[in-house]
Amino acid sequence: MKIFIPTPLRVYADKQDAVQVNAQTVAEALSALTSQHPDLKKHLYSDEGKLRAFVNVYLNDEDVRYLPEKEATTVSETDSLSIIPSIAGGC
Amino acid sequence: MLKLSENIYNALRTHGEETYPHECCGVLLGRSFNGVNEVEDAVRAGNTRTDSAHNRYHIAPQELVRIQRHGRERGLDIVGFYHSHPDHPARWSKTDFAEAHWLGCSYVITAVANGIAQQTNSFLLTGTSEDDKSFLDEQIQVESIEVEEPVAGRC
Repeated sequence: MKIFIPTPLRVYADKQDAVQVNAQTVAEALSALTSQHPDLKKHLYSDEGKLRAFVNVYLNDEDVRYLPEKEATTVSETDSLSIIPSIAGGC
Repeated sequence: MLKLSENIYNALRTHGEETYPHECCGVLLGRSFNGVNEVEDAVRAGNTRTDSAHNRYHIAPQELVRIQRHGRERGLDIVGFYHSHPDHPARWSKTDFAEAHWLGCSYVITAVANGIAQQTNSFLLTGTSEDDKSFLDEQIQVESIEVEEPVAGRC
């Protein structure tokens, strides 16, 4: 399956905008991603090993946080993951 | 540097006027090359902070996924974001900084006073991580579309 890498993190993924991984679940896919590109890990995960609060992961068009199985959700070859840092602010 | 056409520049400013007294927000699609974020399109986005839209904005990640997908189909990347500051200067706030995570992208802010767009400024989010990120004032180059004068032909 394909994992789309956001602009700010491509420098840690050999400048690729998407990475292909083999995985059965969302968790496996993210693990494969950080195995292939270890420098990504600290940008995606806190020291406690949890996804950083501002990092959103979407399985196709669904936020993984709100899926019943969360990161244990099974994935297929035609699925895609999108890593989307939050965008917010205000005066 | 941020490069964008006059049409896009005016469009993002107009958006702020339309949503006044609330903050508008949107995504800048284009290409990044040699330190220049060149904008090909500005896509309006919904502000989910309906609880405090006069001084807060948030773009739903689901909307960003959609915008990014459409951009990808056109060979475009997300190169920045824009939003407005109603009756507030066009400078990044502590909130803007705390919530900025798209390193390498341009954050464009337009001050809108009494419903009229005032100054528009751009800030490049530089750094390598959350620990060393900073906003850098960034030049905006607005490109006008030159219209050739019609040349009279023979009848």
